[in-house]
Amino acid sequence: MQISDWSNQQSGSESAVKSAVGTLPSAIPVTANQILRRVLKPAVFVAALVPAVILAYLTWAAYNGRTSAWPALTGNFSANPLEDITHGTGDWALRFLCITLAITPLRRLTGWNGAIRFRRMLGLFAFFYATLHVLTYALLDRFASLDFTGGMLSWAAGRALIAWIVDDIYKRPFITIGFAAFVALVPLALTSTAGMIRRLGGRRWQQLHRLIYPAAIAGVVHYWMLVKSDIRLPLYYGIVVAILLGFRLYWARTKRSQERLSTGGVTTGSSLQADQSG
Amino acid sequence: MLIQRPADIPSSEITDRKVYVTRREFIRAATGAAVAGVAGAPAVLDAQPPAPHGAKLPNVKPSAFSTTEPANTWEQITTYNNFYEFGSGKDEPAYYSRGLKTAPWSVAVEGDVARPAVWTLEDILKGQTLEDRIYRLRCVEGWSMVIPWVGFPLADFIKRVQPTSKARFVEFTTLRDFDTMPGLRLAQLRFPYVEGLRIDEAMHPLTILAVGLYGEVLPKQNGAPIRVVIPWKYGFKSAKSIVKIRFVEQQPVNSWQLEWPQAYGFYANVNPTVEHPRWDQEKEIRLPGLFRNRTTQMFNGYGDQVARLYDGMDLRKNY
Repeated sequence: MQISDWSNQQSGSESAVKSAVGTLPSAIPVTANQILRRVLKPAVFVAALVPAVILAYLTWAAYNGRTSAWPALTGNFSANPLEDITHGTGDWALRFLCITLAITPLRRLTGWNGAIRFRRMLGLFAFFYATLHVLTYALLDRFASLDFTGGMLSWAAGRALIAWIVDDIYKRPFITIGFAAFVALVPLALTSTAGMIRRLGGRRWQQLHRLIYPAAIAGVVHYWMLVKSDIRLPLYYGIVVAILLGFRLYWARTKRSQERLSTGGVTTGSSLQADQSG
Repeated sequence: MLIQRPADIPSSEITDRKVYVTRREFIRAATGAAVAGVAGAPAVLDAQPPAPHGAKLPNVKPSAFSTTEPANTWEQITTYNNFYEFGSGKDEPAYYSRGLKTAPWSVAVEGDVARPAVWTLEDILKGQTLEDRIYRLRCVEGWSMVIPWVGFPLADFIKRVQPTSKARFVEFTTLRDFDTMPGLRLAQLRFPYVEGLRIDEAMHPLTILAVGLYGEVLPKQNGAPIRVVIPWKYGFKSAKSIVKIRFVEQQPVNSWQLEWPQAYGFYANVNPTVEHPRWDQEKEIRLPGLFRNRTTQMFNGYGDQVARLYDGMDLRKNY
């Protein structure tokens, strides 16, 4: 089975159902694949956007000196909106990283292969929130702090911003680690398309995307380092990430011992396939 | 009446923070991101209601030391607090401080004074004129507010207790009550919270003992019933809920200096030229603003009145 078969699967079962059911308007999703593709995935996409929409709305409200018109739905910022935006985007980046890391264990524990189809989208949402988090820091905190002697959009301002951020990365270890986590996610976002999977080849793509492990760990450490004292929240995330990585360590270990016991050849081939789709 | 009725919620009824957070996290996870409100930005749902209004304080006079800048709102001032005895989240003191008993209250005056004694709050305030002192407050974390305190000069009280000539520093101790202060169990700072001032800083007309806010009795999350406010220093110097004032010869070691001596010193004057390992001090956010674009002033803008206290001192060494 090739990588492209992964996307061809649905056409096989679709035609089987169609021939069984006869003429059904094709707009109504019927097969599990269709439901997943046309209903579940868009629903999850919209749901994943909700925190960003709420944050954007509350930011707009704060900028205009107002509070939320629907506080029961959105809540309200504290007296320090910048802190809330920074924490909110960072929290959701970490959460989506954890959710993405949970897909493979979920698939292997429940046998529901459909879970895999959400992984790219959820991973990209982690990158989306991480980007918002970095932009919040870079623009509302650092850029806003500059003295715009040459004008706001001048080269001088751009250079000053970069200099300041580089200074932060160098001087403040929690920013060093946070930036490292973000940088680790960039190649994952860039190579998330099916085209890139083909270009890199399954094995190399798989190895590159292991960067999510250090990214998640760095994210937790970043959070841990910046809380002044109450480490419980970063601790909870740390435990979740440790469990999710622990699964993989365990399976990698049992697979290796299985390979040693088996006669090689076929087993190696099928484990490569498992890597590609898992 | 200056004395607030004590809250009648026993501390056993107050949900332990870990349980309250875990329950909330579980609810969020269980209902999923699809349910908009529950899944909103985390800090947002924790927003507490502002403090209930207390009794109005009588005969409060205006003061020339007040700034003309607009004060922050009651809600902002009473829902965004650093008061670790009640939890380290900014919203936690508003929730957990309701267990604080502010009456009866007394302050022990000890050390190099003519007659060490325990003063009740009523005795401290007897015959004392209260003033509106609208001060800027600059937190070391890089945010600032304008707070309309009600209080009186600490110097007035110091003159009443008559420190001896040996007294060179004043040390303040905050209440430490394990029954009503759930944050103590996290033990992140060495409690009880201790702060201190040099005697001339304590005698300065800007330094006040504050008992009110916006003309009313001080809310619990803001350090009820009595606290010190030193507006030209970082906010952590302004100790809350004071139970002991001690006059000493040795410079006190304040709690934050114990916690992280490279970052927190004894003097803690607001100083944009002294770097802090965690936050840049050149700029601040005047809450509830969105941008860190306000230039921090030396001595929080009170340099005209206090700079002379530090003539000849290297403020980079004495941070």
